[in-house]
Parts: sequence; structure tokens; C-alpha cells
Amino acid sequence: MSAKTKLPVGQEAIQDKGWLKAHKYLLLRRASQMFFLGLFLLGPWFGLWWVKGNLAGSLTFDVLPLTDPFVLVQMLVAQHWPEMTAITGAVIVAVAYALIGGRVYCSWVCPINPVTDGAHWLHDKLGLAKGWQPKRNTRYWVLGMVLVVSMLTGTIAWEFVNPISMLHRGLIFGMGFAWAFVLAVFLFDLFVSRRGWCGHLCPVGAFYGLLGARPVLRVSATERAACDDCMDCFAVCPEMHVITPALRGSEDDTPIITSQDCTNCGRCIDVCAPQVFRFTTAFDTTPAPARAARPASPKKPSKASRAA
Amino acid sequence: MSANKPAKAKPKPIDRRRFLQDTARAAAGCAVAGMAISHLATDARALPARAIRPPGALPEDDFLAACIRCGLCARDCPYDTLKLAELGFDGPATGTPYFTARDIPCEMCDDIPCVVACPTGALDHSLTNIDDADMGIAVLIDQERCLNALGLRCDVCYRVCPVIDEAITLERRHNERSGHHAIFMPTVHSDACTGCGKCEKSCVLPGESAIKVLPRRIATAEAAEHYKLGWEDRNPLVDEIIDLPDRLPGPGTDNLVAPGGYLPGTEGLPDPNMDGGFTPTFKLPGTGGTGQ
Ligand code: SF4
Ligand code: SF4
Ligand code: SF4
Ligand code: SF4
Repeated sequence: MSAKTKLPVGQEAIQDKGWLKAHKYLLLRRASQMFFLGLFLLGPWFGLWWVKGNLAGSLTFDVLPLTDPFVLVQMLVAQHWPEMTAITGAVIVAVAYALIGGRVYCSWVCPINPVTDGAHWLHDKLGLAKGWQPKRNTRYWVLGMVLVVSMLTGTIAWEFVNPISMLHRGLIFGMGFAWAFVLAVFLFDLFVSRRGWCGHLCPVGAFYGLLGARPVLRVSATERAACDDCMDCFAVCPEMHVITPALRGSEDDTPIITSQDCTNCGRCIDVCAPQVFRFTTAFDTTPAPARAARPASPKKPSKASRAA
Repeated sequence: MSANKPAKAKPKPIDRRRFLQDTARAAAGCAVAGMAISHLATDARALPARAIRPPGALPEDDFLAACIRCGLCARDCPYDTLKLAELGFDGPATGTPYFTARDIPCEMCDDIPCVVACPTGALDHSLTNIDDADMGIAVLIDQERCLNALGLRCDVCYRVCPVIDEAITLERRHNERSGHHAIFMPTVHSDACTGCGKCEKSCVLPGESAIKVLPRRIATAEAAEHYKLGWEDRNPLVDEIIDLPDRLPGPGTDNLVAPGGYLPGTEGLPDPNMDGGFTPTFKLPGTGGTGQ
């Protein structure tokens, strides 16, 4: 155990499973993020207009309308009743995320995710302190604030500052100084607050989290009995508090990660050498024996404490 | 995680105090952030005068509640007229569609693809005839340099207008400078001009155009309600306040019905027995009243 604790996060998994398998979901996620951005760029870059628009609203193959439901909600609060197209688009998106997990948006689609992941990577490399850590529920406050401001000003308020749209629309339609918002998020996550933006503040993530609070697709610590307390999953999880109830639960507790904060990123599956985690459905009732009770083990100094 | 556990086990009063502190902190933080965003939102309403919204765009206040900045209107504009505003370079709210007439004007497509493409109705789908579009109004803003105003026959802005002879006409005036020529003054009529900007685009002057599309809020004054144009409105306003006798033109005019002036039995004729009443006389001054 003590020999292992010196290993960098994920090293053990790489040794046991090979580099590729230990990065499977990370690679898939990056591929997915590039895929969704790429779809939108096919038009402006290669004249292939399969998908027009941006994440706020789009039209695919000239038939499938998609609308960001959070933008639509702000529009309704601002008292504009849209055309049916926008409503249909928002319903399609909402149903999809309600099924696969709202925050799948965050880890598989959102173009800001590579930015904050990058900030986190650099943060770790530089060994910076975790900095300001607002309460987990702060994002819901921000969400509420956005809706109130939308109502009071009669505008789609978050779109004035939303770094996601700034980046996504910027790449597709032209950036101007919008990159400043993206840089601000990067610097905020790097120097002010570790995993601060996506993990604590972003109201879009909060909205999608609420939207897909009871999804079908879930990560489960089915093999939790095999956990060897390496803490790597906590170190890589952007929302590490979601792991504890599933991983450390008793026999009667479900091994499924049920928190709406879980982004279904699958990174815990990647870095776990004993292969405790896997993707499953919310209806999965495979029995998952709890971990054997063990004496309080000495904590890993650096990584584990940062995971707290 | 485990570091948080002891905190949870602490006695209640401390929890409550901490809860109140956290709540106050979150609320205060949100209030500050909210005010900053409100400020941006209010700022964005001041749409620059030279940025023209696409056809059918709702009034600016409603537009910012409706437009999701998806750019579908811009994508479907066959002339690449529409652009999404870029932060720091263009004046309108970041990501909202607009065009600059001097660069690429709106060609006033018959099928208005930009409006059809808009999923939200920020471009009003009830606009089906592009001639009804109201993006702004062209104004002959530099009457010292417009070639027509100088007495030449340029006429370009007039000729390119898709609503020629309704939105823009050439009004003939005497050329005071030469004394015996005419000036054909390009004159825009606000009821028919769509603000497409084709005239602004085509003005032959280098650099800035002598005729420019401006938003209606800047280009048009509001007519005071109590001014009535007698030649347009047959009932002068005073009729609605006091009832004056209807006087017809007197002798010397072509009034054959009542050559003396008053038509006998006209409604509203003052009663001769009343205070201030009189019997109408048919003797009018030789010049003859011209009536209204
Ligand atoms: S009417 Fe035609 S030219 Fe004008 S903005 Fe719309 S699509 Fe473009
Ligand atoms: S299509 Fe409509 S919602 Fe989208 S950018 Fe244009 S005006 Fe805005
Ligand atoms: S903007 Fe100019 S070209 Fe367009 S309708 Fe008005 S007068 Fe005609
Ligand atoms: S095109 Fe320009 S210069 Fe020519 S008549 Fe029109 S406004 Fe005057």
C-alpha cells in the first residue's frame, strides 16, 4: 500500500490495463467533444452544411431542430413566446439529456470542458493550492440569479457572458474578443478556484444537472469490494463527492452513483486498476457486496487530501 | 470528503450560524454578479445607429428576449448580408445578427429566408411580404455632397431602390444656383422605405454614403397629436372641440351651390335668436373667403 501511494494518479491502472484502456473514456470524451464541435465547423470550414447554427440553436440536415433548453427557459422567463421550432428543439434536447444524464452535456459536449480540464491539469502540474472552494450548491444560486436577471431585464441574460457560447459561437462565426471570457474561466480555475467553474459556478451545468437528475445511464461501483483505497478515482473525478456514497456504501446501499452532479465522464472507470467502476443503467440491480470493513488507513498525503 | 465529516457532527448553533453565513455570502455574491449582468443587458439595448437588424426583427427590447444568437438567419441569407456581432468589434449585443448597409445591404429576398430560418420568432414570422419590412429608414443625410442635390443627375440611389417610386422619389426643385436648371432631390418616404440599405450601398460618393439607413427611432420625429394637416384631413381639429359653422367659399369662387357663402339649413348654423347669434348675410368681401 505504502509503495503504491507514491505512484502518480492513474499509474497503477496504466500498468495493469495498458495506457489505452486506462484512458479509454478520456479519449472517447475528447473525441466526442471534437465530434460535436466538428459537426458545426464542417459548414464554415468545408462548406458542408450538415449542421447549421451553434449550441444555442441548430438545424441538422435541414430537418432536425435543436435548442438549448436553458436558453429557452430564460427566454420564457423574459416573456417571449417562441415559434414552435425552438420549443420542439428544446424538448428533443431535454428528453435526450434526461435519459443519458444531464451533465453528460458537461463532459461529452461542452467546449469549455477541455478548457477547465486543461486548467486542472496545469493546476496539478504546478502543485497549486486548491484555493477558494465555494459551496457545491453555489451553482444553483447562480442559476437562480440568471433566471431572476432574465426576468427583470427581459433578456436572455446568461448569453451576455456565457463562456460556452462565447467559445462555441466564436469558433463557428467569429470570435472578436470573446476569447477573453474563455481565458477568464481558465485563469479562474487555475489560480482562484480548483475546478471552480464547472464544479461550482456554471449555471448551465446546474441546469442540465437538474434536468437529468434521474437518468438511465449511470456509473456504478459494482466491484466496490475490490477497491484498494488508492484514491485515484477521487483525484480525477471533477465532482468527487458523488463517489463516496456508492463506493463506500454498505451492502444495502446501491453501488450506482446517483448524484445529479456526476457528469458520466467515466474517468473513474479509466483510472481504477481493480476495475471497480463501470457504465450501467439505473435499473441495474447486480448485487454489489460492500468493501470489507478495514481499519482507518493512513491517508495519502498530497492527492487524497486535495480530493477532499 | 472525510475532512468535512467532523464539521457535520458539530453542535447545531454553529451549523445554523454557518448556514446563515453561507447563505448570505451566496446571496450577496449573486446580487453583485446579477447587477453586473443586468448592466450588460441594459447596455446592450443601446443598439448602435449604424447596425441594422434583419427584416422582421422585433423591437430591440423584445429582440434580446427572443434571439438565442444561433446565427441560422445569417446562414440562410443568400447574400451573406447578416453577420453575428463579435465582442469588442461590433456594437450590437455579442452574437446577435445585424448588417451594415454600406458593406452588404439586404437584397429583400421575396421568400425572406432569414425570417423563415429563425427558430424563435426573434424575426417575426408574420412578415411574409418583404415590402412590409421595416429595418430602418433611408435619410439623405449629406445634402451638400449628394450629386443630385448639387444639380447633377446621378440618381443611382433612386434607381437601385427595390421599392422605386414609392420608397424613394426624385422631387423636382428649382436650382437657385444656376437659376435655370432643376434639382432632382432624392426623397425618401417613410411609409414605403424598408431600410434595406441598397441606396446607401450604391451611393457613388467615395467613403461614406450621402444617403444612409437609420433606425426609425432616430430618423423619424413624432408628429404632435394636435397638429392636423388640413389638406390631408378634411375635418379640422376644432370641429371636435367646438362646433363651428361650415362655411363655403363665397362669390368669385366656383361655388355654385351656395353663391353667398352659407348653405341654408347647414347643421351647426348659429341660432339667430341666441346670444351672439346672427342671420347670415350673403354679402362677403369681394375677394371671397376661401373657406378651409
Ligand atoms: S431578406 Fe434576404 S438579403 Fe435580406 S437579410 Fe434576409 S436573407 Fe438576407
Ligand atoms: S435566427 Fe433568430 S434566434 Fe437565431 S440569431 Fe437569427 S434572429 Fe437570433
Ligand atoms: S433603404 Fe433605400 S433602397 Fe431600400 S427601400 Fe429605402 S430608399 Fe429604397
Ligand atoms: S447615389 Fe448618392 S450622390 Fe447619387 S443621388 Fe443618391 S445620395 Fe446623391
